[in-house]
Amino acid sequence: MSRPRTLFQKIWESHVVAQELDSPAILYIDLHLVHEVTSPQAFTGLRERGLKVRRPDKTVATADHSTPTHALALPIVDEIAARQIHQLEANCRDFDIHLYDMSHPDRGIVHVIGPELGLTQPGMTIVCGDSHTSTHGAFGALAFGIGTSEVEHVLATQCLLQRRPKTCEVRLDGRLSPYLAAKDIILALIAKIGIGGGTGHVFEYTGLAIRSLTMEERMTVCNMTIEAGARAGLVAPDETTFAYLAGREFAPRGAHRERAVAGWRELTTDEGAVYDQTITMDVSTLEPMITFGTNPGMGIKITGRIPDPEDLPDTNDKLALARALTYMELQPGEKLLGQPVDVVFIGSCTNGRLSDLHDAARVLKGRKVAPGVRVLVVPGSGAVKRQAESEGLDRLFKEAGAEWREAGCSMCIAMNGDQLKPGQYAVSTSNRNFEGRQGKGGRTFLASPLTAAAAAVTGQISDVRMLMQ
Amino acid sequence: MTQFTTLSSRVVSLPINDIDTDQIIPARYLKATDKSGMGDHLFADWRYTSDGSPQPDFILNKPQARGAQILLAGNNFGCGSSREHAIWALTGFGFRAVISTSFADIFRNNALKNGLIPVTVDLETHLELFDLITEIPDAKLTIDLETQTVRLPDNRRVSFPIDSFSRHCLLRGVDELGYLLSFEKQIAEYEARLGGY
Repeated sequence: MSRPRTLFQKIWESHVVAQELDSPAILYIDLHLVHEVTSPQAFTGLRERGLKVRRPDKTVATADHSTPTHALALPIVDEIAARQIHQLEANCRDFDIHLYDMSHPDRGIVHVIGPELGLTQPGMTIVCGDSHTSTHGAFGALAFGIGTSEVEHVLATQCLLQRRPKTCEVRLDGRLSPYLAAKDIILALIAKIGIGGGTGHVFEYTGLAIRSLTMEERMTVCNMTIEAGARAGLVAPDETTFAYLAGREFAPRGAHRERAVAGWRELTTDEGAVYDQTITMDVSTLEPMITFGTNPGMGIKITGRIPDPEDLPDTNDKLALARALTYMELQPGEKLLGQPVDVVFIGSCTNGRLSDLHDAARVLKGRKVAPGVRVLVVPGSGAVKRQAESEGLDRLFKEAGAEWREAGCSMCIAMNGDQLKPGQYAVSTSNRNFEGRQGKGGRTFLASPLTAAAAAVTGQISDVRMLMQ
Repeated sequence: MTQFTTLSSRVVSLPINDIDTDQIIPARYLKATDKSGMGDHLFADWRYTSDGSPQPDFILNKPQARGAQILLAGNNFGCGSSREHAIWALTGFGFRAVISTSFADIFRNNALKNGLIPVTVDLETHLELFDLITEIPDAKLTIDLETQTVRLPDNRRVSFPIDSFSRHCLLRGVDELGYLLSFEKQIAEYEARLGGY
C-alpha cells in the first residue's frame, strides 16, 4: 500500500515537472489568472526576450483593481488607470489571452469570476499576481499569489520555481451560531495565531465547521488565509463543491464531469497522513468579530474591549499595538460597540459574492442607512450584479440609502477613486485594515457583511444579534 | 538577475513590526506600467506630508539615510499584498538588503528575484542591531552572501539562512527564467502526459 498523503502532497506531487538537487521544484500551473496591476511589467519582459505566452489556453485575464465602479465614470477618467487597462487589453490581444474586458458582462474581481465561471476546479494549481489567490483553495486547488517576476515565468513556461511549503491542518470544530459568518471564523483564527502565524505553510481546513459551510463561505475563509501569513488554504472537495461546479461554463460536463468528479473524490487527506502542524478552533463559541487596529490580526469579539499595550509582555508587541491605537485614535480598555462610523463598504474578493449581499440585505431590508453614513455596496462581478438585480437587491439597497455600484475591487484597495477621506472610520467587509489601505489617513474596521450592515443602519459599531432580535 | 556578492553599507533603522506592502508602497502608485520611479514612492505615506513635502521626522528624510543600502526593519517584514512594486520601490531607493527576524513568503520570493537580500536574524541579534544603529547611526554592516554572514563593526559575524538555489543565482547572476526555460523538454513531456490539448 502506498504511504498516506495529505491533500497538499497529492496536488504538489502531481504537478512537479522536475526538480534538481538543492533546487526548488519546477511546478506546473494549470490556471494563470491575470489582472491589470501586476502584469504589465511581465509582458514587457516577454517582449524584451522575444518570448510567447506558452499556454494562452490556461491563462485568463480581467480588469478589476483600478476600474471605476460608477457607471457614470465610464469612460475611465483617471488617465493613468485608463492607460493600465488599455495596456492589459493590448497585451491580451498581442499574446492571444482571453480577457474579460470592461464591456464583458461577466467581468469582475478575478477571485470572484474564476470560481463563478467554473475555471477554478479541484486538484488544480492556480496562481495570480495577487495575494488573495488563496481564495480558490476552497475548491481543493493549490492556489497562491505570486509577484510580477513570477507572472512572467508562468506566462513564458507555464511553470514556477517553488520551494515546498510545510503543511498545517486547521481543524474547525462545531457549528456557527445565528448571525455569525465565515468572516468571523477567519478573523477569529487570525486573531488567535497572528498575521505571521502561518508563514511558510499551506493550511488545510478540516472539521465539521468547514464541511457545513457553502462554497462562498469557504472562499471567504481561504481568501483571508493569506492574512495569517499562510501561502494557501485548502478545503478538500466534497458534494458541496461538486454541486457548485455543476453547469458552470468551464466546468466539465456530461461524461467528462463523471470522470472528473471520480478523480476529485480522491483529493482528500489519507487516514494516517501527517501534517507538520495542527491548529484547532471551536467555532460554536465564536461571537461576531471586528478588528480595531491596523492589521487583520488585531481583532476582538464585537462585545470585547480594545486591548491595552501595557498588558502585553513583549516590547515590540507593545509598540505595535500602541502605534495602531494612535493611528486609529482609539483608547485601550474601551469597547468598540457604539463607535461612530462614516462609511460602510460591502464588497471585495472576501465578501462580494451573492450570499454576502443576501446577508447585508437581511439587515438593510426595511431599514434606513443612518444619517451621515455613506454605504457602498459593490458586487464582486457582473454576474453577481445581474443576479442581485434580478432578485431586487439593488432596489432594496438603494431604498435603504446605500450606493449600488459596478463590479470591481473598489474601496478594498482604493485604487479607483472609491476611497476614504483622511480620518474617516469605515466598517469594511474587505480583507485589510492596514494604515491608509482604503485611502490615505482612512481607518478600517474589518467585519462580516452582517456586522457591516448593522453599522450602516445604526451609524455605529453594533452587535447585529441585538439589532435583529 | 541582479548579481549580489558582498555589500558594505550604512543602515536605515525602522523599528516597526509587521510593515506591510501597503506601507512600503501605497496602492495608488501601482497604476504604472513600468518599474521606474518607484523609489520616489517608497514609504510614501510615512515619508511625505499631505502637501507632498518631506516629513522631516521620518528616517528616510534624514541625512543618515542618504546612500544607505541596508534597511533594518521590525519583525514580519513585507506582509500583505503580492505587489513586486514594493521591491522595486526598495531597490529604486537604493536598498540591496533588508534585515528582519522574518519575512512574508511572497515578499521573500519577490525580493530574491530582484537582487534584494532578505537577511533573517535571531531576535537577540535583531535587538542588538537596533541598539547599535541607535548608538552609532553611521555604523556600517557588511553582508557577505558567499559566507551567508553579516559582519558587525566589531568584526563579529552573524550567519543568516538563504536557500542554496537563490544564493547560487544571486552570486552568479543566474537568470531564473532562463533556468526554467532550459526545462522545455520536461515541460513538454509533462504536458503530453496531461493530454487533452
